[in-house]
Amino acid sequence: MSKDTLFDKVWDLHKVSSLPGGSDQIFIGLHLIHEVTSPQAFGALKDKNLTVKFPSRTVATVDHIVPTDNQSRPFKDNLAEQMIETLEKNCLQHKIKFFNIGSGSQGIVHVVAPELGLTQPGMTIACGDSHTSTHGAFGSIAFGIGTSQVRDVLATQTIAMNKLKVRQIWCENQLSNGVYAKDLVLHIINKLGVKAGVGFAYEFAGPAINLLSMEERMTICNMSIEGGARCGYINPDEKTFSYMKNKLCSPKNEHWEKALKWWKSLKSDEDSIYDDVIKIDASKIEPTVTWGITPGQSIGINQQIPLLDELSPNDKLVAEEAYEYMSFKQGQSIKDIPIEVCFIGSCTNGRISDLRVAAKVLKDKKVSKNVKAFVVPGSEKVANEAKQEGLDQIFKDSGFQWREPGCSMCLAMNSDKLIGNQISASSSNRNFKGRQGSPNGRTLLMSPAMVAAAAINGKVSDVREFIN
Amino acid sequence: MKSEFTPPIGEITQINGQCISLIGNDIDTDRIIPARFLKCVNFDSLGKSVFEDDRATLKGRHPFDLEENKNATILIVNSNFGCGSSREHAPQALMRWGIRAIIGESFADIFYSNCIAIGIPCFTLTKKSIEEIQNYCDNQFLFLEIDLKNSLAKSKDLNFNLDIKESSRKMFLSGEWDATSTLLDNENLIENKFNQLPYIKFNTNF
Repeated sequence: MSKDTLFDKVWDLHKVSSLPGGSDQIFIGLHLIHEVTSPQAFGALKDKNLTVKFPSRTVATVDHIVPTDNQSRPFKDNLAEQMIETLEKNCLQHKIKFFNIGSGSQGIVHVVAPELGLTQPGMTIACGDSHTSTHGAFGSIAFGIGTSQVRDVLATQTIAMNKLKVRQIWCENQLSNGVYAKDLVLHIINKLGVKAGVGFAYEFAGPAINLLSMEERMTICNMSIEGGARCGYINPDEKTFSYMKNKLCSPKNEHWEKALKWWKSLKSDEDSIYDDVIKIDASKIEPTVTWGITPGQSIGINQQIPLLDELSPNDKLVAEEAYEYMSFKQGQSIKDIPIEVCFIGSCTNGRISDLRVAAKVLKDKKVSKNVKAFVVPGSEKVANEAKQEGLDQIFKDSGFQWREPGCSMCLAMNSDKLIGNQISASSSNRNFKGRQGSPNGRTLLMSPAMVAAAAINGKVSDVREFIN
Repeated sequence: MKSEFTPPIGEITQINGQCISLIGNDIDTDRIIPARFLKCVNFDSLGKSVFEDDRATLKGRHPFDLEENKNATILIVNSNFGCGSSREHAPQALMRWGIRAIIGESFADIFYSNCIAIGIPCFTLTKKSIEEIQNYCDNQFLFLEIDLKNSLAKSKDLNFNLDIKESSRKMFLSGEWDATSTLLDNENLIENKFNQLPYIKFNTNF
């Protein structure tokens, strides 16, 4: 059993009681909500005649269903309009702070909360969205919950949960040029498998993690869930604190000093005990691309799609499904596979640094005529910052469409969808069957820089050829 | 799909029913209920759309479309079932189709919590036992009697000792799996915790 890790400290601090069944009742310091997984929870409150216990500990935004071409109201899609109206009504009725479209702070919930300084070290954070693990980049314990648990948090500010085990993933050395956080996390998921994290929180640590920026750290923690871990975190350090300084909701004046002192006490002790430790050599990782239908099915850009015989019995079943669904052959090179759609965005890679990296690759280049390419900033703040830096113009000049903020084609709940069996190069997080809105659409996950390279060449390419 | 839907309520001690086998590892919640069906403000109409795209691809040959499975209530799955998105719409869709319990090699964490929260016990068995059940289901009907008190599954030909998290098992037996009221019982402790947390005082803007 783990001891004295950040996870243990934050869990123990938030433990309200031991429940009769053996699980713990955990206080949720910050509750984030959006339009898709909250309406039924508010409905349940009404049915049970309950109110929101601590309205100030819940913050809302709208992201999954928003159109990215024309955001004027009412939305063209009646169902989407109904969902945003329901959220507006619920927030108003229960006095919940709502960052709506046009507020200057709307965007993907996991982009918005950190940039507002809502996400802080030592907090427990829950949201009805599996990528809530993103917030662990700040040394918070953050996890996705379902709608019934959203109801519980609204009604009680607590949830019932079994304590997770803690696995440290120690990343040695450093990523080489042209290799990004996305490549590192895809590599980790490939090595450990998509279900290795079940029952675990992942602590990402080591020199390669320390060198990452806060936004890169968010990319890593974001995809913990793709490795099966509901929660992933990184111990806070000076980078964390300097990112947080002067954010809208971060502590100010004398509170800042107190907060800083407390945050520094949170990190895992030198002699803390983990349930498991895994070592990864970051320097050996290449730009990484998925070839299949789970985020674990990835290879380096210069590798071939694995042969069935090379795989473990457990991986064979899904590999066979993947060859067929993707229409790829075993042993085929991933490089040069033609790409039809390029998508840069999502809670994994829709932040300003992601846009900067992609824009650098695209500058003075043109998107291949066979490719439809679009970029969806993660939030209104990201969009504004990008415009100030002229990144929007670089994207547009190259042939990318510049869109409004939202989740967009990561999960295709709005009108941004693949058509038929189109293949996309996507900076998002899931390559599941049908994930990007077409029941037979195909998704290749990669870093934003690699998506930019694919857009220029019209095929899967090695971004290092563009930047070296 | 069954015509009338009544959600589980109160103590759950026994689940008897026909098994439906769905073969495949890493079946994610996008496949259980594709995102376009999440455009709703309640769960009522999800049952008919469960596995919509997989079913369309298999043109009537999907287990959830087979006539012989239409009354099934116990779903048999392989490993990492329910991975991916946290959408509770996935177990809600399964439940509204008629599923009352799931037995598998393993489950994704959030999916598992969601099932428990809506009254669907999830049990695990070894790969070998799951394959035994799935092979059996290929050739004939399998009716299982699941006894939650003793974590046993019995049938004419096959018997298994099921695994389930002790906390979940106790919650079902006591009827306290709908957590809200249990959590609210500790209202004073919640208030105390709120007042003790250092960061509540750090922040003034929210």
